[in-house]
Amino acid sequence: MERIPILRLGDYLIVTIQVDMHDRLAITLQDDLTERIVKESAKGVLIDISALDVVDSFIGRMISNTAAMAMVLDAQTVVVGMQPSVVRTALNIEKGMALLKQRQPR
Amino acid sequence: MMNSNDTTGRLAAQSSLRSDEEIVRLRQIVRDAAIAQGFSLIEQTKFVTAASELARNTLQHGGGGDARLEVLTRGARVGLRLTFVDQGPGIADIERALQDGFTSGNGLGLGLGGSRRLCDEFTIESTQGNGTTVTITIWKVR
Repeated sequence: MERIPILRLGDYLIVTIQVDMHDRLAITLQDDLTERIVKESAKGVLIDISALDVVDSFIGRMISNTAAMAMVLDAQTVVVGMQPSVVRTALNIEKGMALLKQRQPR
Repeated sequence: MMNSNDTTGRLAAQSSLRSDEEIVRLRQIVRDAAIAQGFSLIEQTKFVTAASELARNTLQHGGGGDARLEVLTRGARVGLRLTFVDQGPGIADIERALQDGFTSGNGLGLGLGGSRRLCDEFTIESTQGNGTTVTITIWKVR
């Protein structure tokens, strides 16, 4: 089964989404991330969506759910690389994404 | 409802929507068409995002269906129209389904309200037990 790779850097997990994910892949990623946070007692998750030019409500909800699960597990989630055209569009669709912190890549 | 007397449409693409992969493929088809017609990046993104929402609805709530993409001309203006059709259970209360935050029983939002906001024109026809047809249209800003 195809999976999006999750990398570990110290106490943090990093995932770079580089493909136009179909829904099953997004659900698998959410499950994988949650499992890894638990297994490795991660302090945080960094989700890089700089390659995504479409973030619809399903993906938005996947990211929000991951962040919520991470919070329950005492880990923080940071989303980086939201393309400007995606920001406007995604906020129309998924208001929960406004709760996530945004960081500019250095 | 829009006046279609002076609008002509040419079928550009058709796709069945019966699997996750076909939703991804439709996004790519719509993106390519929007680029080919010279839409700006933000216009492309809004339309593809709305298309993705509605394609997912067709698959998950409509039990699978089809999408048609047309290139429209109205005088000198160019537009794109996507029509989503399914023969599924239909929507009993359309007004409610269009409200933000509305979710069906399995927790997935229908994204209808969001899709409407992203597009210039939006129509929906649905009766319980009789399927659903949704169209979205964007017009290129000159």
